[in-house]
Parts: sequence; structure tokens; C-alpha cells
Amino acid sequence: MSDTFGYTVGTDLADKAAPDGPIETRWSRRKFEAKLVNPANRRKHRVIVVGTGLAGGSAGATLAEQGYHVIQFCFQDSPRRAHSIAAQGGINAAKNYRNDGDSVRRLFYDTIKGGDFRARESNVHRLAEASVQIIDQCVAQGVPFAREYSGLLDTRSFGGVQVQRTFYARGQTGQQLLLGAYQALSRQIDAGNVEMHARTEMLDLVVIDGRARGIVARDLVTGEVSTYMADAVVLATGGYGNVFYLSTNAKNSNASAIWRAHKRGAYLANPCYTQIHPTCIPRSGDYQSKLTLMSESLRNDGRIWVPKNPGDTRSPDVIPEDERDYYLERIYPAFGNLVPRDIASRAAKNVCDEGRGVGPGGLGVYLDFGDAIRRLGEASVREKYGNLFDMYQRITGENPYKVPMRIYPAIHYTMGGLWVDYDLQSTIPGMFVIGEANFSDHGANRLGASALMQGLADGYFVLPPMLGNYLASNKLAPVDASAPEAVAAHTESTERLAKLLAADGDRTPDSFHKELGELLWDNCGMARSDAGLRKALGRLTELREEFWSRVKVPGTGAELNQSLEKANRIADFIEFGELMCLDALHRAESCGGHFREESQTPDGEALRDDDNFAYAAAWEFTGVGSPPVLHKENLEFDEVHLAQRSYA
Amino acid sequence: MKLTLRIWRQSGPNAQGTLVDYVLDDVSPEMSFLEMLDVLNEKLILDGDIPVTFDHDCREGICGACGMVVNGAPHGPQTLTTTCQLHMRTFSDGDTIVIEPWRSAAFPVVKDLMVDRSAFDRIIQAGGYVSVTTGSAPEANTQLVPKPDADLAFENAECIGCGACVAACPNGSSMLFVSAKVSHLNVLPQGQPERESRVVGMVEQMDAEGFGGCTNTGECTNACPKGIPQASIARLNKEYLRASLTHRR
Repeated sequence: MSDTFGYTVGTDLADKAAPDGPIETRWSRRKFEAKLVNPANRRKHRVIVVGTGLAGGSAGATLAEQGYHVIQFCFQDSPRRAHSIAAQGGINAAKNYRNDGDSVRRLFYDTIKGGDFRARESNVHRLAEASVQIIDQCVAQGVPFAREYSGLLDTRSFGGVQVQRTFYARGQTGQQLLLGAYQALSRQIDAGNVEMHARTEMLDLVVIDGRARGIVARDLVTGEVSTYMADAVVLATGGYGNVFYLSTNAKNSNASAIWRAHKRGAYLANPCYTQIHPTCIPRSGDYQSKLTLMSESLRNDGRIWVPKNPGDTRSPDVIPEDERDYYLERIYPAFGNLVPRDIASRAAKNVCDEGRGVGPGGLGVYLDFGDAIRRLGEASVREKYGNLFDMYQRITGENPYKVPMRIYPAIHYTMGGLWVDYDLQSTIPGMFVIGEANFSDHGANRLGASALMQGLADGYFVLPPMLGNYLASNKLAPVDASAPEAVAAHTESTERLAKLLAADGDRTPDSFHKELGELLWDNCGMARSDAGLRKALGRLTELREEFWSRVKVPGTGAELNQSLEKANRIADFIEFGELMCLDALHRAESCGGHFREESQTPDGEALRDDDNFAYAAAWEFTGVGSPPVLHKENLEFDEVHLAQRSYA
Repeated sequence: MKLTLRIWRQSGPNAQGTLVDYVLDDVSPEMSFLEMLDVLNEKLILDGDIPVTFDHDCREGICGACGMVVNGAPHGPQTLTTTCQLHMRTFSDGDTIVIEPWRSAAFPVVKDLMVDRSAFDRIIQAGGYVSVTTGSAPEANTQLVPKPDADLAFENAECIGCGACVAACPNGSSMLFVSAKVSHLNVLPQGQPERESRVVGMVEQMDAEGFGGCTNTGECTNACPKGIPQASIARLNKEYLRASLTHRR
């Protein structure tokens, strides 16, 4: 069967680092078994960290505090601007301050179920354990979380769960947590323990004797391409949502670091698991450059509805109650407006497909605060969501205190990423992958307020002991930038840039990106089908070839050149899109954010096929346009019983 | 809408810059300001010109990357709004819009509308943190923070580090930026042990970077997209004086 899909099936993949035994003890046992690096020896080890978001920032700061010499990179002008800054709603932790039945076990259970049984149990349990310590760490850093009048920490609800375990700082939780990590990193930069390279973008990974030993990176201001060597490389470069062009990601977020590492031998797992967030501001025109999220926390108090009758174009305030369909409350009475993101997004698509969507093009649903304002008062709603309402008004010119918001789903997060074992090490020894860049914890769907938790768990608490174990367990020969592998990687990087500049075609880089995005959104977005995916794969091959012959990049490589940066990333996105569609095509089941039209229950819910697809799909690169090799990591569920998800 | 854009073009830090006029014919009022510049850049590339360089990333007003002086005002005419959140419905058909980079000796121009704000990072490195090593934190609820203090800290912690305050100030002062971080951390119990060294370290770095002093013109607060209040500068002055008197540095 595999030949017709354009891939071959290789040997199964096992997570050799994963401990066994009772799940509650696995992480403490793994930490105890890990080898340690003597404090005096740590400064002799150079560690490269790429990215300064929640995962990279917390990792860089913590490794430096422990005494390692950290060389850190970000393409932004400052480490404080990584896209984690834009996370709005909150961060989960199993503190059970509400005494509402929460526990590490329940956070673990909710995350496995929310991920539609496509995540590794051991990893998720460890994440739930670490959640508790994250809040302690961040509070001690001075992160100004919301508080009760008692002075104690406040929490709120989020989608997919029935306890209030989400800690938050108004609608800017990501900003506050990132500034905490950035300040910790700044302290280490000042102490000389971190060598920080801002406005510097990774172009390639240097692999010597099968181990990650460095990176090639371009100074975005001068254009100079340099090689940096180290004993280990940590990628914390975020997700690949911008493959869709329009997403809630920052404009410059990209997949190049993970894609280049994939080309150097790191397996990429589950790229088809992408999260479409139900509450974003609908697009307004062709010039649209990005989509803006309205935090899921709004679903705590906002009610989602569309008119009962298709084609009802009346203004929302004159549509009477009995002609409104609060469809989430109707279909999912137990969770109502707080169903998980994948379910809320698909429900919105369904009502719009029925012709009941609102706003321009009928691609929108109402998120109505009328009831909440009547119940709580406008002041109280402003206190909770003021900044989000202001943002909505700035973008749309409409006042959401008076008129219901219009929202529509948009690409928001990517659960897939580089495959890592329990130690967060990729298939290339010495290369670790943390945060959204890896695939490990969210399965096929991430629950709200869990991305911040994972990024910080990886960076503050999981990576540092595991990286130490790697350094203590392996004797690494000294290497420098003159090693043939390093020279080759440098040469390939500069030649590729030269090729982009030389193409001198007739299409802008963005025109390719937009075409790629539309193709993927139509065929590998909220609903996927065999026929659509095959069509997309056919067009992607052509698009890749067309790109290299028709792209037009002005200027030179020896200067600040934003068009060159873009083109370089888009070339990777096109190749990435091919693997994403292939992964979606091969996974003939529906699960979480991956909805195959051929696999649904009679009432339109995602239908998993555990007999055939209870595995993580890890892909091995064999060449551009050449069929990749699929390695399956079978997922075992000993703690949580495999069951069809139900939020009704 | 038809607009004339008068944009500062400067090919590098040491190059001579100049204002160049561009005409855009088909601007939609629903576009964001940066989307309007995207449209211009697409046109410039196809015309064989060099597109306009500007910093931007999240485009939702939180990363602090974007920022340009629009018709003389940092981030443009709309209050409490970053450039990326400014929309073209604010302008009218036939307008000429003058677009320049932040102007400050401490923020040298990198290219066109992009400036170097690394001075802000160095100010944070000089004390804008709480020294808490990972793993050493006590249970989060052992230390109570009165809600008014937490709210005050939060309002100051909202600073996005965009630099509009410096661009707006006739003295090129960064005191609003510094005061926001000092206020955030110094009003919290967690910030008390380093209260004095923080403010002294940050102020000394601020001076070393070449920022000017504050003369209370209030332009900074006016331009700030996050509404950091001028009272924070008063707090900074108080904290600095207090630290100088206590000799706990």
C-alpha cells in the first residue's frame, strides 16, 4: 500500500529512554538514574540554544545558572520578543487551590484525553507533575499573576476541563511569563554565562560523527554566515503554523530550524497534527497578513451562536432569542461553550457550511457577551477581558460591549514537531528539542493553557537534567569550525542563499507563501480527504519547482535583506507542506485536530481507528521529492483507558 | 483610498538617509498600517526596487517589535495603539503620510525604519530581574500579594519595550521604560531584596547608553501604547533617592 502514497515503512521506533514502573515514580527515577556533571566541569561545556521563547528562554537561563556556557540565538532584535509573548489566556497547573477535585492525576488524564489518545503517557504525566513547580518559580520571579482580594492567586476555567486550574495575568499571561524567563536570561547574560546573538538566524545543523555539534547561522544585519560549535544543540524554535501563511503566529515564526535538522537526520513526527483555534477575528481582505486570536478564556463568559435560519442577514441585536442557535450549548450540554478547540472549530465550520455563518462571506459566528454584561456588569467584564475587547475594537472598528464579536477558526498551534525520546533528545544524539518544536506532549490536540506549561516545563525542569546526563555519559572529541562537516554545512547554506538571489524571477516570495497557504488551508485544514490531499501533493511538487525558478529576491546577501530571509523560510515551508500532506494522507483516521472526512461518527464527530493508528508517525528524510521512510512508535495506554472522546 | 507615503530611506547605519515619496492607489480602510506597507513592498519588488525595511512580528500589539513615527507621532495618531494595530480607516483619501524611524542617539538606525534598541536589553541586564535560580522557589501561595499591589505591578509589567517613549521625548529619555520595570518589581514582595541595587544599576546603565534625562514633559506617556503612567517616573525618582540614602547597593 505504501508505494501509492509515496513513502516506505521502516522499522518501528522505540523510546529507549522511557522508564517503566509506576507512572508516578518514572520521572523521579529517571532523574536519579541520570548522570551528573560536576559543577566545576560544567563551564567547560558549550551548549547552543536556538530560540528565546518560553522553552528556549527558560532553558538558556537555567543551564547558565547551573554553570554551562550557553550560546543563544534569536532572529528577533531582542530575546524578549519571541512569539510566546503573544499567548493570552493562561497556564495550567495542578495546584488544586480551588479544592475542586484537581490533582496531578487529573491534569494528566485531561491532557491525554484532550490529545485524543495520541500522546505518550510518561511524558504527559511528567508535564503534569512539573506544572506545580512552574507556578512557584514564576511567582518568585515576580510574574504578576491575577490575585484574589486575599492576596492569594486566582485561577479560571479553560476549554476541555471541569476544574479551575488556569493561572493568568489578565489576557497577557504569555507576555508576563516570557518576561520572567527573559529577565532570568538577562541576569545570566550580564553574568557572562550566556553569549546572546540576537538578529541571528539558524541556517543549518552541523552533525559530526553522528552527533549534533553546532549550527550555521546568519547575522541578519550584516548578512555574514558563521559556524558555531558546541557539545550539544537545543532547538526551541517553535511551531510551523505559518506554513498556512495566515495563522495567529507572529509573521516571522518559521519552520526552517526544525526542517533543516530534519534534513540532517532528525525524524519529524505527526506533522499533520495542527490546531485550529475557534476564536479568531475573521479575515477582512486579500491583503490580510495574519489572523488575530481572541483568547479562549472569552468562552468562559461569551456565548457562541448563529441564526437558526440560513441566510438570516439581520443585525444580531434584532434577532430574537428563539431564532438563535447556541449550537455548542445545544450539542455539548456538559461542556457547552468550553468544549476543546478542535471540536469548537469544527462545529463553527459546520454551521457556516450550512449557510448560517455571519459577517462578510458568511465565514463567522457570534461570540456574545450580552448575557455576561447583564449578569456581571460591564465593569467586571472589562476587568477580565478589557485588553481583548480593546484589541477587537482596534482591528474591526466595532465595539464588542455593544455588538457581539464575530469570530472564526484559524491555525494557531502545531502539535507535531521533531520526534524526541523521554529525555527530549531527537534521533540525532546531542540535539534536544523543547517546547512547540517537539511533538511530545499534546497528542493530536492541545488543551488551552497547556502550551505555556509545556514550554516552561521543558526549559526549566526537564531539559537541564537530561542534557547533563548526555554530557556526562558521552566523551565528546574536541571539534572546531574547520571540521569538514562544518565547512560543508556552511558552504551549502551560502550557496542556497546565492541561488535564491540569482533566480531573479517574476514572483515575490510572499506570492508563493500565500498560494501555499491557501492550498494547505483548503486541503489540509479543518477537514481533510484522500482526494484533496492527493490534489495538494500534486500541486506542491509543481510549486516547489516553480519557486526556485520564478522567485524574485531583490538586494544582496551581504546586507540586511528581509526578502531574502522570507524566501529562505518559504522554500522550507513548501517542502514541509509536502510532508504534512503526506502524513495527513497516510493517517486515514480522524483524531483531535486531524479530521479525515472518511472517518467520522454518524453525528459528525472525529472517529479514531485505534487498531491501525495508535502510534506516533516519525518520518525520516531521504531527499527532496524522494519518498520518506515512516517509523512508527506504538503508543501504549496503561493508565488511561482508550475511549472515544465525549464532551456531551 | 489613494495615499502618498513619504518614507525615510536609509541603506545602512552610516549612510545618508532621505525621505522618498511613493503613491499607493488602492488602499482599503480595513487594512492595518503594516499591511499597507506590505502592499507597497510587493509593488516595489515587482518594480525592481528595494522594499522598505521595518521591524514587525506578532502584529497584535504585544511583541513590541514594530514602531515608526507616523506624521510626527510615534506609532501614529491613535492613542494606546501600536503601529501594527493602527488601521487605515484612521486616514482619508488623498492624505500624505510621513513615515520615519524612531529618532534617538541611543537607538541608531539599522536600515530604513528599523533601529537598534539593544540598549533596552542592556538596561534590563543591569538589574531588571529577581535573582531566583530555577528550582529554589517556595510554594507560590506562601507569600501574599495584596491585589492593589499585584495590579499596580501588572500595569507596569505591561510595557512591551517598543521604545516609543524614547522616540516621543524631546530629551530622548528612557525613564518611562526604566520606571515601568522598577515599578513592576519594586512594588512586589518578591522584588524587595534587590530593591536598591536594581534601581541604581538600571539608572546607571540608562545614563551610560546615552539616553537623556526626564523633564516631565509627559510626551512619553502620551505615546505609550500600553498607557504606562507618568507616575511611574515619580516612583523611579523616589526609589533612586531612597536607594542613594540607604547605601544598600
